[in-house]
Amino acid sequence: MADPHLDIHPELVTDILVRFLREELGSAGFSRAIIGLSGGIDSAVSAALAVRAFGPEAVLGVMMPYRTSNPDSAAHAKLVAHSLSMPTRLVDISAMVDGYLDQEAVPEGMRRGNVMARARMVILYDMSEDWRGLVIGTSNKTEMLLGYSTLFGDSAHAVNPLGDLYKHQVFQLARHLQLPTEVIDKPPSADLFEGQTDEDELGFSYADADQLLVRLVDERRSEAELIEAGFQLDFIRTIAKRIIRNQYKRVPPVIAKLSHRTIGQDFRYLRDWMS
Amino acid sequence: MDLRITVAQTNPVLGDISKNLDDHIRLTRAATAEGSDLILFPELSLSGYFLRDQVFDIALGLDAPELEPLRELSCGISIAVGLPERSSDGRCYNTLAFFEDGKLLSAHRKVHLVSYGMFDETRDFAPGESWTPIESRLGRFGPFLCEDLWHLGGQYLYALDAVDALLVASSGPGRGVSGPELESTGVWHDLLKSAARHTQAYACWANRVGFEDGVAFGGGSCIIGPDGQRMTGLDGLDEGTISGRLASAELFRTRQRAPLLRDARPSVVESGLALRAGRKPAVETPRG
Repeated sequence: MADPHLDIHPELVTDILVRFLREELGSAGFSRAIIGLSGGIDSAVSAALAVRAFGPEAVLGVMMPYRTSNPDSAAHAKLVAHSLSMPTRLVDISAMVDGYLDQEAVPEGMRRGNVMARARMVILYDMSEDWRGLVIGTSNKTEMLLGYSTLFGDSAHAVNPLGDLYKHQVFQLARHLQLPTEVIDKPPSADLFEGQTDEDELGFSYADADQLLVRLVDERRSEAELIEAGFQLDFIRTIAKRIIRNQYKRVPPVIAKLSHRTIGQDFRYLRDWMS
Repeated sequence: MDLRITVAQTNPVLGDISKNLDDHIRLTRAATAEGSDLILFPELSLSGYFLRDQVFDIALGLDAPELEPLRELSCGISIAVGLPERSSDGRCYNTLAFFEDGKLLSAHRKVHLVSYGMFDETRDFAPGESWTPIESRLGRFGPFLCEDLWHLGGQYLYALDAVDALLVASSGPGRGVSGPELESTGVWHDLLKSAARHTQAYACWANRVGFEDGVAFGGGSCIIGPDGQRMTGLDGLDEGTISGRLASAELFRTRQRAPLLRDARPSVVESGLALRAGRKPAVETPRG
């Protein structure tokens, strides 16, 4: 069903994002990319865009399962890589992660998930040296606004083609890019513990979150307007609080200002400086 | 006026004036070889757009030796080029410089600096203070830098000046992806068509392409006739050039059909401005 608040034109967006990847990697002196392939929709879309930008042989998909990961995740990641004809590497992170988890007796739950996400970051950044390609991000606007990510884990990357697309829009793009239906149709999951789905963990659906986020962030609707539009007050406040609480994940670390010219404050240059 | 204009849709390297200058020289030579009389480049075409602290690092005086190749080339073709200008008093301006016959003929300093949303121009640039038409040997032109066209003042004054063409140079970011064309490009085209209709002049738009830290510049450069119809343009986000012929005969035809300049009432506007500024109007406007 058409949604005038959220729908994108996938051909136009694909064109822009493919150019974005070529130019931003080119500015940094690269023409190859490396992506962590989780078997989920976000990394599949990022990979498909990178393959369009650089050709399949220049994009490396890295699958990094942990011993408790759902086997479907690796199977779907392979399916994506196969459909895009891109090379892959498989790195089982169990030994690396368990070495630390066992030593420190890290309890089940979020801490373990974060360690896994950061282990994957370590591998991607190490392999990016060997592959001579930049790490492409897979975080979308919905999870960035909600803070549903691991700082310096999956949120660590060089460039991110999906960061201004809500989950709804990522789905639209995935269908346009003709990604495998298995990947599009399954419930989104960070696969950090058995049976996990994003929506169970968040406590609301991506569809509902996107409807609210686009009105809050892009259209800057007031609380009164949102209630008038049918949103529940507690849902509005839950989401608004999450956005504020997770701002730290969206900005560089804070620097104490001492001099007259401080990085990030009054030493102001783009990353694309002279390129 | 009867001239051939080339509009260049470029992708400058951020802060690298030397590299960008090479590109300007190449495109200007090509336009000259193709028989164009005038070439229009985008806003800050010599420097790139999101300069921030680079403004103070790289801004040039309009007599800077770096600009000598453009002065020389302007013996064969008139050149409108965007650059960060450093004035003799140290202030920096977002400027459209116009070179002709081997010298700088005119410099338009952006009047309406933009500092909202993603923009922060007033932090780095001082605003221009005048709408002065370019009196070229080719004709009379009304220069605009991007946001300048969103305000009616310049358009109105240039209409009174009966300029032949509006030269609009932009670094307009592309935004809005719900349709097959960038929403921002559609808005710009509407604005240009309306400006051409109001001023009954040609509207030539050079907008850049490429990316700076993830921001896509929207391109869509075009030439609009004095009747508000698009004569030619670039679709998509590639670099490129377009050319068109601008002729007084077309201006006369449009202005004969609807004599807007004859019917303009600047004295009424003047009185209205005076009243709103709390001054006594020079000419009393009867009310009722």
